[in-house]
Amino acid sequence: MTTLRLVGVSHHSAPVELRERVAFDRAQAGAVAQRLADEVGEAVCLSTCNRTELYLAGEDGAAAEAHAAAVLEPAGAALYRLQDEAAALHLFRVAAGLDSMVPGEGEILGQVKTAFEVGATGSFLDRLFRQALHAGRRARTQTAIGESPASVSSAAAALAEQVFGDLSGRTILLVGAGKVSDLAARNLLSRGARIAFLANRSADRAEELARRLGAEPLPLERIAPELARADVVVASTSAPGFVLGRDDVAAVLRGRRGRPLLFVDLAVPRDLEPAIGDLEGCYLYDIDDLEAVVAETLAGRRREAERAEAIVAEEAERFRAWQASLDVVPAIASLRARAEEIRAAELRKAEGRLERLSDAERSVVESITSQIVNKLLHLPTVRMKQAAAAADGVLYADAVRHLFGLGEDDR
Amino acid sequence: MAELLFWPALLAYSEAAVAYAGSLRDAAYGRAATWGVRLGWLAQTALLAAQAARADGFPWDTWGGSLNLFVWLVVGAYLIWGCRPRYRLLGLAVAPVAVALLIVARIGGGTGIGGRSHYSNLFLVLHVGLVLAAFAGFTLAAALSALYLWQERRLKRRAPGILRLRAPSLATLDAVVARTVAVSLPTLTLGIAVGLLRLRHSGAGLDAVIWLTLAAWVVYGGFLVLRFGAGWRGRRAAYLVLAGFALVALVRVGLPVSHFS
Repeated sequence: MTTLRLVGVSHHSAPVELRERVAFDRAQAGAVAQRLADEVGEAVCLSTCNRTELYLAGEDGAAAEAHAAAVLEPAGAALYRLQDEAAALHLFRVAAGLDSMVPGEGEILGQVKTAFEVGATGSFLDRLFRQALHAGRRARTQTAIGESPASVSSAAAALAEQVFGDLSGRTILLVGAGKVSDLAARNLLSRGARIAFLANRSADRAEELARRLGAEPLPLERIAPELARADVVVASTSAPGFVLGRDDVAAVLRGRRGRPLLFVDLAVPRDLEPAIGDLEGCYLYDIDDLEAVVAETLAGRRREAERAEAIVAEEAERFRAWQASLDVVPAIASLRARAEEIRAAELRKAEGRLERLSDAERSVVESITSQIVNKLLHLPTVRMKQAAAAADGVLYADAVRHLFGLGEDDR
Repeated sequence: MAELLFWPALLAYSEAAVAYAGSLRDAAYGRAATWGVRLGWLAQTALLAAQAARADGFPWDTWGGSLNLFVWLVVGAYLIWGCRPRYRLLGLAVAPVAVALLIVARIGGGTGIGGRSHYSNLFLVLHVGLVLAAFAGFTLAAALSALYLWQERRLKRRAPGILRLRAPSLATLDAVVARTVAVSLPTLTLGIAVGLLRLRHSGAGLDAVIWLTLAAWVVYGGFLVLRFGAGWRGRRAAYLVLAGFALVALVRVGLPVSHFS
């Protein structure tokens, strides 16, 4: 009987120093899976920055586990091992983002899909991974687990959408050319915004990032005049004082004809004078505000995770029922083969009496006898599958073999 | 028998009101709420159709009757956007109001079948129909403006839960309010013109309700001029729409005293 084994290491069990020793890129993961499949039957290697897990399916579970443990040997004592239902449930939780550092993060579903694609799968792991991907998609579409931003920069972009709706064509002014600005810019760009201006004290740095983002580089002194054209200002310089004051902003508001202006201050010490937020049509968020927003959305994700767990449990149960049905599949196949054998033999015996029948009449006889066999076997087949789901499958399969005299070689 | 349609309409709107409240805690209730509004509106449509078929003349020329029609128009206008998840918050205001007004319409005798109309000419049908449609539009614009002010306040206060309970964006609300008023004002203009023609024909004078309606017309006209001419947006524009709605509400309250007396 096919058994499922999982051997892995994740952020729950090991620090990054250990995880990086057993991290594989896409090609390596494919090669590892192929090598293991040659030994045990079927294998998939899921390797992300937070985990490396080997899923194996084969007749000899202990041997499969030993092969997998050998591959992940550098992780040593941090390895965990799961089998059958527990291993399947674990994969479903992983695919739904429930085992991730940030609950519901969306990247993992794509990573599971990639692992499946490069894996060496047969019918068992194929079914397992397809169902895991289905569970992951259901968790995302039927709950709000992945809807809220999980980082400060994505929260800033989501806030911009709360003010402007669709960000396509919205004009962004970046103040500062550091890593934080870059991250914020990427989030805004991914939502369709246009990084129009990039202001920085160091012209070289500004030009480099501006070129990459397709923005116009500006000296810091020219920020205020460009505010008339901007929709969102993201500031993250290392300047010791305010880069932009209330009066600078108030001076350009008249020309904006009531268009709102969102300020995001990611710098410490702050770049934007807090009084800017008091101006009509201006919304100012500093790093503390954004972190509070992220904390609140993460709490929301955790609440949604409870609903996602129910979905995952439902899918895992469906997989368990399918796996259990495998116990009776050989017996069902033998029973049907025996019935078909008897039907064909009886028709051959009656060949002499059926000689006078036309082709059409002969086809009717074929069809009727097949239908009789199918109808007789339908209910026993269904009952055996139900019994398998309820863990009585092996008993029923043995009873059927005994009652119908099916050979031991059919097992 | 057909007047029993009032009950499924009321029941469905009530279910929607409860489900909208529930959707604040769990978004899954949002679908049940939207379906409640849809089914309620369909039941009310059937009720209005039955009223129209059985009435002798125009069936909504009483205060209660006009309120029934008004609720149907408001909910119908809401359904244009209300099915989108982000506008479900608007349903939180629309559904309970629909329930309350429908009950008042029932008490006022506006949901019965086969009544006799005092008037039946085309002018009256046009006047009531157009004015009520415009009022429904202004009601929805007011609800959208209230939603704008609420969302704007959350953004100003930097509420940590701003992304948990998502409303339509400020820019979207601003644009939808302007569009709703831009459609409703010409409708009101036509409704007033038809009413004035009828008034002239019958030789009657202008009453307080007509003056209030004209004042509302001026406010909404001013809004459109300021919005599209001077670029008025945001809070000021939202307050202006609410001021216009205050006049519309006064007109609706004053109708039984003058028009339907």
